[in-house]
Amino acid sequence: MSNRTVNINVHHVTRIEGHGNIVLNATNGKIEKLQWQVPEAPRFFEAMVRGRSYEDIQIIVSRICGICSISHSLAATKAVENATGIQVSEQADKIRLLMHYSEQLQSHVLHVGYLVAPDLFGVPSVVPLVGIAPGPVKTIIGLHRLANEWSNLLAGRITHPVTLRPGGLTKIPAETQLRELQDRLKKCLPDLKAVADVVLSVAGNLPKFERPTEYVALKETKAPRYAFYHGEIASTDCAGTVAINDWKTVANEYVSDQSTSKWAKWHRASYAVGALARFNINADLLSPTAKAVAKMFGLQKGCCNPYFNSVAQIVEAVHVVDTSIQLIDELLTKGLKQETISVSPKAGKASGAVEAPRGILFHEYEFDRKGNCMSADLCIPTTQNHANIQKDIEKLVPEILDEPEDTIRLKLEMLVRAYDPCVSCSTHMLDVKFVR
Amino acid sequence: MVKPKIAIFDFACCEGCQLQIVNLEEEILSLLGVADVVEWREAMSEKSDEYDIALIEGSITRMEDEERLKVIRGKAKVLIALGACAVTGGVNKLKNNFDDFEEVKKCVYGKAAGKPHLRTAVTKAVGEVVQVDYAVPGCPIDGKEFTYIVRSLLMGKKPEIPEYPVCVECKANGNPCLWQYDQVCLGPIIRAGCGARCPSSGFRCFGCRGYIDNPNVEAARDVINRFGLNLDDLKTKMVLFGSKQEPTIYE
Repeated sequence: MSNRTVNINVHHVTRIEGHGNIVLNATNGKIEKLQWQVPEAPRFFEAMVRGRSYEDIQIIVSRICGICSISHSLAATKAVENATGIQVSEQADKIRLLMHYSEQLQSHVLHVGYLVAPDLFGVPSVVPLVGIAPGPVKTIIGLHRLANEWSNLLAGRITHPVTLRPGGLTKIPAETQLRELQDRLKKCLPDLKAVADVVLSVAGNLPKFERPTEYVALKETKAPRYAFYHGEIASTDCAGTVAINDWKTVANEYVSDQSTSKWAKWHRASYAVGALARFNINADLLSPTAKAVAKMFGLQKGCCNPYFNSVAQIVEAVHVVDTSIQLIDELLTKGLKQETISVSPKAGKASGAVEAPRGILFHEYEFDRKGNCMSADLCIPTTQNHANIQKDIEKLVPEILDEPEDTIRLKLEMLVRAYDPCVSCSTHMLDVKFVR
Repeated sequence: MVKPKIAIFDFACCEGCQLQIVNLEEEILSLLGVADVVEWREAMSEKSDEYDIALIEGSITRMEDEERLKVIRGKAKVLIALGACAVTGGVNKLKNNFDDFEEVKKCVYGKAAGKPHLRTAVTKAVGEVVQVDYAVPGCPIDGKEFTYIVRSLLMGKKPEIPEYPVCVECKANGNPCLWQYDQVCLGPIIRAGCGARCPSSGFRCFGCRGYIDNPNVEAARDVINRFGLNLDDLKTKMVLFGSKQEPTIYE
């Protein structure tokens, strides 16, 4: 039994998107306060979209998050189309999926390469890494550039896509552009493998910690495919799937007295979303190369070490590149066709969901017969992860309380970072100030 | 020569403009050769109270943020507003269209709306709270324009950003006019410098770079009339990035 007295207050955890704090006060081995807090300025997107046209929703809500703007735009566009009865061609659906994959690669490379790697190498940021490991840093920069140029080609811009409209896309890429992209994707696979090797060489620095929990992610019901864009809601705690429109029966958002933010729970006190959740639900559908990378790290279905979320991201990065190479083949075999969008909305209410890089994302809207938005409800991956982060640190801290204060602090920060939180995203935040 | 110290701070925003700095990829390394980045929470663990140039991302939506911004202004020799949220208030100003903020809070947070940390005030651009020396417009900022502005400052030159509308760049790109395709495009009144990125992808300009200083109101009216639209059609589009700052065009 520890008799340590530790006071840790990480005010604004760095190298995450948005603002979050960790507070730990322990006296003589007794933990008095241990909290993951979120003091982000609320922005009220759900209120702001009211009165806006169905055509403009995606433009507004894309701005919820700079890192997963494509996911927000896609979830919104799908929800708008579901609510207003607008159809999309098979070609547009495939190009959107290809666009979505680009964001997975961009976000995962950014997270693993720029935000997590410094911890594994024991440095405060990617800047000193340039000196320590110039080769891998250059490879990571190259992959990040590729992912961004890929987004740029299909979304018209790296951040905040401008080609998405209810009913389709405003721009269809040229055949030569897709061939060139496919070529670059093939060439980048060895680079991804090299990054995986480097991370593997320092993977021993990932803390050994496990806490069984529920994992929630999309699962495709119609095609045997690792789900990012299509499918319904699945859980490691139950069989079958839940329809997207019923996401509120999954998220069950609530305010906890002890908590600093809205929490979500389904079958247990908390659940986790993100790369590890997707892996735990869909791992058998990964590409052979992605499976080999998972094996390299000893990552197996059922893994409940949250720090391994970053490893699952590397596995997914390989998978989306592999899958995109095939998807481009499918598009080119069918032949690309120009499309004109001609839609008229009807009144309705419905939801749309996609897997943002950091987990499942739900958007719900209601429109009147003119297509003006009457109400909106958004449920963000980080909101769904908050309770799970809190439960993790509650199990972790007693296990490591005898370690040096700096180590405790680092392990706590690394844990929060592992979830790849996107705090500006989590529109449903509550924060409590502590007197210390 | 002593390297100038740069610090990057964020307020209410999506952090997409910081991401455009990350997206400079290899170019960041050359920027780091001529300046020291001393604080950047999203990318680094280091923090510092001493800096020459402060880059501010995001809008100001709470009293305590106004105070924090004033402290930063007091320390910085040069303050740059980064992106639409900081420069004009951006989409965050959509909130200002609602008179009753209590109702706005209830809409999002329900019964918890009364909690003190959910306080919110009228959304302000950075320039409505402190003096801004330079502005990098756009949502998000354009990486090339950002490097141009920072480079100019480091070389002691005054950066110039376009004083003409997006239509100029759109025409130069050889795009068909989107008004002919029933899209209410704000190109005639919005500041160029983005290379007409959206209309070049077939998507109407929705005004993320803010209005030019002297928009050609008559020409805009002509376009609206020619395509059989009324001013309300235009207003609903102008409100996205121009809430409470749009009177020049239709009053």
